Amino acid sequence: MTAVDTTSTANTAASVASDFVVPAGAIAAESCGQRVLFVEPAQYLAAIESLYRDGFTMCVDLTAVDYLALPGRSVPAGVVVERFEVVVNLLSVARRERVRVRVQVADGASIASLFDVHPSSEAMEREVFDMFGIRFDGHPDLTRILMPEDWDGHPLRKDYAQGRIPVQFKGAAS
Amino acid sequence: MTVVDAGAKITSAGAATSEGGQELRSRSEISQKALMREAGAVLRLSESAAAALSDVAGDVGEDQSMIINMGPQHPSTHGVLRLMLELQGETVLRCKPIIGYLHTGMEKTGESLSYLQGGTNVTRMDYLSPLNNELVFSMATEKLLGIDGDIPERAQWMRMLLSELNRMSSHLLFMATNGMDLGAVSMMLYGWREREEVLRFFQKVTGLRMNHNFIRPGGLAADLPAGWRDDVLHLLDMLPPRLAEYEVLMTGQPIWRERLQGVGVITQSEALALAATGPILRSTGLAWDLRRDLPYLKYNDVEFDVVVGAHGDAYDRYAIRLNEIRESMKIVRQILDRMPSGDYRVQNKKVTPPPRGRIDESMEALIHHFKIFTEGFKVPEGEVYVAIESPRGEIGCYIASDGSSVPYRMHVRAPSFVNVQCLPHMMRGGLVADAVAVISSIDPVLGEVDR
Repeated sequence: MTAVDTTSTANTAASVASDFVVPAGAIAAESCGQRVLFVEPAQYLAAIESLYRDGFTMCVDLTAVDYLALPGRSVPAGVVVERFEVVVNLLSVARRERVRVRVQVADGASIASLFDVHPSSEAMEREVFDMFGIRFDGHPDLTRILMPEDWDGHPLRKDYAQGRIPVQFKGAAS
Repeated sequence: MTVVDAGAKITSAGAATSEGGQELRSRSEISQKALMREAGAVLRLSESAAAALSDVAGDVGEDQSMIINMGPQHPSTHGVLRLMLELQGETVLRCKPIIGYLHTGMEKTGESLSYLQGGTNVTRMDYLSPLNNELVFSMATEKLLGIDGDIPERAQWMRMLLSELNRMSSHLLFMATNGMDLGAVSMMLYGWREREEVLRFFQKVTGLRMNHNFIRPGGLAADLPAGWRDDVLHLLDMLPPRLAEYEVLMTGQPIWRERLQGVGVITQSEALALAATGPILRSTGLAWDLRRDLPYLKYNDVEFDVVVGAHGDAYDRYAIRLNEIRESMKIVRQILDRMPSGDYRVQNKKVTPPPRGRIDESMEALIHHFKIFTEGFKVPEGEVYVAIESPRGEIGCYIASDGSSVPYRMHVRAPSFVNVQCLPHMMRGGLVADAVAVISSIDPVLGEVDR
């Protein structure tokens, strides 16, 4: 049965202060008016757990960026840039707020899996592994998800060529 | 459905690869701990507590269970979704969706298309709600450009009109496929028929039925054509009696209710843990709709209700979508009353091309036109995540820019990709005959799952 909701249930945004505890070791920044936290890989899992306790119970998106072609990108002071960056978008339903966590991951390094905190990250971490080759420690099933299992390489890396289908002209020797 | 022997064949398929098999492994190959971990993580239980749940049935001997393969070529999987189901008799013990059959590397392609061309790429992801894809991509680009506050009123109302009509067409197609999946085959015809009426309007406005590339960074490609108001009014008059027919055909019908009520149940904590959004999350009773809770465009200025369910089952998800069509119609009526006059795109010559008439008389306009369509416009360095409510849930666009006219990285948070993760939890302990009803109630679009 459906009920039509006119009052706002479970949304007590007005009563919740919009400031949350910035996890230890995280550097708070802003990007286009959105809240961003830079976290060290060692404190990544603890920071996500701290944010979880603070109400950010939904991990809506987890992706990565390969900054191979952009080594001098601008980050706040104190952040050591690495080749890869894992980007986690968290959402708090109670606060109606979002926060984005960015972690620097060196080429060949691995990072903690969020599976035990946010089971929703299961497929997203598999996608990042498939597309970038970043390994997630503690992931229950770290296999390729979009590419075939026997595929070579990780397509969204910047040193992976896009590939093209040669144009075939009628009558021309191919 | 093809029956796969749960023994040696799967092992050999998995062992032949360097990075691990994607297929569902039989019980003898995985530890009890691993088996319980996934169930326990979603239910927020320890592995031992999960093992105590009767519906997980951890002590099934291998000779009592069988792994069968459903899809990828199966009419009820909405494309090329493949499911591996472990069955004990008719009961589903475990299920694993295997995706990627429609993967065409659209995020990689997006890294070589300028911001103006990017719309043609993202619109093909969720091909049942192309305008919402374009909208989220355009909004992300506008935020990076810093012009998100400059979009003219008319452009915002037009975007809202197209977005809501698209929600209606997408839900109408859900009515059709959900009906067919459950044996109401005539519903298939009715749903497609009504959707086609909406697409006819899109064709008149954008020139195409699908994949419009009509909503672009800075506004829209063109203004609404003459007579658009009558066409929308025709839709709004035509639909309510048709929806009433659906109610007669399906909602109150005992067979329909038997097939859907109590099937594919998901609890609110499970849905939140799995980041399910849209009608799946709302079916668990949580009124979470980005249009109301994190408003964008002009949704603050219109009246509409967020439809929620109570049981989290397939019937609730059906009823929510049916009523969301009505809510969208309510919004469209308000848009008709309040559509302002004005410009349909921002007049920023660095972002949008000059009006056609100016090109004949102004050299500068010709140069701007040429520059925009050859090299595109440059977007400042930065990164942004923008999310809106698509018919399937939260669709988000993450763009990292390096300051050039091509996105450095373009990622789309596809609602179907995340929602498909709910399948193992909705199916656990259910009947294999209900599998089709459960897939259908998620309403996945495989173009978006695989991207």
